[in-house]
Amino acid sequence: MKIEFTVNGASVSVDVDSSTRLLDLLRVDLALTGTKNGCSEGECGACSVLLDGRSVCSCLVPAFQVAGSEIVTVEGLAGEVLHPIQDAFLKHGAAQCGICTPGLLITAAELSAQEVPPKETEIRELMAGNLCRCTGYQKIIDAVVEVVCVSS
Amino acid sequence: MIIGQGVQRGDGVPKVTGAALYVDDLDIDGCLHGVTVRSPHARARIVSIEKSEDYDWSDITVVTAKDIKGENTIYLMTRDQPALAESETKHCHEPVALIAAVTLERAKDAARHLVVKYEPLPALLDANLSRTSDVNIFGTDNTFKEINIRKGDHAGVSEGVLIEGTYKTGLHEQLYIEPQGMIAIPREDGGVTITGSMQCPYYIVKGITDLLGIDKSEINVIQSTTGGGFGGKEEYPSMLAAHVALLSQASGKPVKIVYDRTEDLQSTTKRHPTTVTIRSRVSDTGRLLTWESDILVDGGAYNTLTPVVLSRAVLHVTGPYRCDNYNITGFAVATNTPPNGAFRGFGAPQAQFASERHMDRIARVMGFDPIELRRRNLVVSGDETATGQKLYDPGAHTVLEAALTAADNSDVPPPKSFSGDGGLAARLSKGRGVALAFHGCGFTGNGEAALQGRVSVSLEGGKVHIQTASTDIGQGVDTIFCQIVAEELDIPLDMVVMDPHDTDNVPDSGPTVASRTTMVVGRVCQRAAKGLLELLREQSGRDESFTVLARDYEGPSSLRVEEVYTEEVDMEWDPETYQGDAYPTYGWSCVVVDCTVDRDTGEVRYDRFVSATDVGRALNPVLAAGQIEGGSLQALGWATSEEVVLDERGSMKNARLTNYIVPTSLDAPEMHTVLVEIPFVGGPFGAKGIGEIPMDAPAAAVAQAIEQAVGVVLNELPMTPERVLCEVE
Repeated sequence: MKIEFTVNGASVSVDVDSSTRLLDLLRVDLALTGTKNGCSEGECGACSVLLDGRSVCSCLVPAFQVAGSEIVTVEGLAGEVLHPIQDAFLKHGAAQCGICTPGLLITAAELSAQEVPPKETEIRELMAGNLCRCTGYQKIIDAVVEVVCVSS
Repeated sequence: MIIGQGVQRGDGVPKVTGAALYVDDLDIDGCLHGVTVRSPHARARIVSIEKSEDYDWSDITVVTAKDIKGENTIYLMTRDQPALAESETKHCHEPVALIAAVTLERAKDAARHLVVKYEPLPALLDANLSRTSDVNIFGTDNTFKEINIRKGDHAGVSEGVLIEGTYKTGLHEQLYIEPQGMIAIPREDGGVTITGSMQCPYYIVKGITDLLGIDKSEINVIQSTTGGGFGGKEEYPSMLAAHVALLSQASGKPVKIVYDRTEDLQSTTKRHPTTVTIRSRVSDTGRLLTWESDILVDGGAYNTLTPVVLSRAVLHVTGPYRCDNYNITGFAVATNTPPNGAFRGFGAPQAQFASERHMDRIARVMGFDPIELRRRNLVVSGDETATGQKLYDPGAHTVLEAALTAADNSDVPPPKSFSGDGGLAARLSKGRGVALAFHGCGFTGNGEAALQGRVSVSLEGGKVHIQTASTDIGQGVDTIFCQIVAEELDIPLDMVVMDPHDTDNVPDSGPTVASRTTMVVGRVCQRAAKGLLELLREQSGRDESFTVLARDYEGPSSLRVEEVYTEEVDMEWDPETYQGDAYPTYGWSCVVVDCTVDRDTGEVRYDRFVSATDVGRALNPVLAAGQIEGGSLQALGWATSEEVVLDERGSMKNARLTNYIVPTSLDAPEMHTVLVEIPFVGGPFGAKGIGEIPMDAPAAAVAQAIEQAVGVVLNELPMTPERVLCEVE
């Protein structure tokens, strides 16, 4: 079936079959490989994208379901300059191997856009859907707290 | 100074913008997709492999052992492991055939139509029975390696209290978030280019050249951006490279294999399950008089790197303590389970879980405070290790006091929110655990001298390029080496470029393992940079700075200097007696973990984690802390939640991220990381290796904290809620 939606601000129109995952649509059909596949069952969060502003695991979303929606991937976070959360990740050393980084950034970007910013004590729970095996999370939490809780 | 600065990692921007290309992101024209057909039995004879006659095989490539042109082996330390099983499979999920097709779906479908008939054979799954079993897996008695260390006269000591304990650790999965993957691309000269996720490009060259029946000049290996390794991508990628190369040879096309998570968990290497028994005599003042230890390491079905893992285990089972009388025996044996392999720490975490738990046992039995008992026995300058290596400036006491001070200076946060009622407080008990570890940096004994690791540095287009086979797998090598060169040549960091890790262009620096990259290879890199400056001065006849000489340089477009490892500290080592200088130097670590234990559920919550680690010199404190914090959380996961459950075939039952539980940000404690700097003269600017030591101490500290909180003594990992609950009355 043919669907139309917006990805990183651009309108796209693609043919998808009913079993295509949003993850594969993005990575294979649209060549947006910044979104990663870690487990294919919604546990690791490496495939997180914003779907109408909410962070979702794109491996669990049927592609046809995003018709008419607005998708943002890691490639769409930066404009002329990096998104503040991208800068904070660089500054704090929150990215090591980098495979989980796109998903973490997407979830953090969702939090940073909330009208009522979450409390510092809530950040660890709010980020718990994105696994990282390199950092021990401390530097990620430091970066997210700085952008989401302090500056907003 | 660029050294000592937490400069941003060179690959940071591509990683935060999604531009970094990992193996599954590479778009190779005409690339086929490969899948692996695996044995479902612990041990079996392969009766036949046949293609279903009613299936269309016209566009499918199939490879079995019969199609291999060269020698059917993945060469590492030995040649016992085949690329594809020929007549007998020795472990569940062992590869027996390969299939490639234009799409992954088509390849998977074809795999279902390849009929492999097996005759199941009796299998050996229990390492304790391995050496006496009728099932023959390796050599004559299923023993990969036996190592003995003797020092002093343990049998001659009869005074003191004899204390004995046994300590066990289970399988542990590296769980890099990027599953293993590899691509083979045919070259015009008939050779092959391998690219993918890996730690050790030259291991692959060595591992598959004989298999493919080609000359090593006909193969080049390129590391793609690698999403974590932790040892899991040390030796296993040679197997994957072999498979894509065989399919590429057979089809004449590029072939990619990327494992899904379950295949990765079931098939690839894990940390060796280990049982350690320690017997020691202790004086009434708490001094260790004898230290006897028996170690049994389960290597799985093939040798892989198991003998070296056993070596690390026997060399670290003393812990950072002094004793004059040692008797240490280690066996590494075979079972019909998937081969175990490299994982951060490489035997030392298992050994030091045991030694630290044993110190706690001594304290408990003899009525000592556990920290005071350690203070009385920690090594000091001039002490000798079990191998007779004299220690200079060991940091054991320093890291202990640094960690305790840091732990006392910061407030212990309240326990994280539990969903519960007013009766909650009665369920929760807090405890604090303290543990220490040491870790030998670099290869054992004369390993580095034998390996002769190389690095080259070149001046090209006004920039300095580094060529090394040491790969960045997230730990930040590319950044650290650029810092080293910039510092050595007194040039800005943006004047230094790390070349791609392609064996056609980079010399063999040795593998990216063993806490050796920064300390050993980084030192070679530093000397190569110095060599480049000296060459420029010699050629120009001017004693100017590098900046001036590089600006005025008018020679060939690339001026390259290659350096090779040189022993800078005297090393005397006897691999037969295991006596002498086991490592060029050691790192030291102490951790303090605060836990809350729920008596009703057995759950252990980590409230706070403080560590003090001797890093020699923190070349980049942000990256150094990142290594320590990440390694520590892997150890905390190993301590309480990460359990690999095998079924009766030796197959991992919980091979999904849903039921193999790694810590999330909510499970992880707040971390305070203290970097202690006791410089090593043989490392670049004093740096020591730090990649592995964070794995060594935390699990034992958690066990001690649980003991303090609820009075339960656990000597086996992981300490899951079920295990804790079984012991709580």
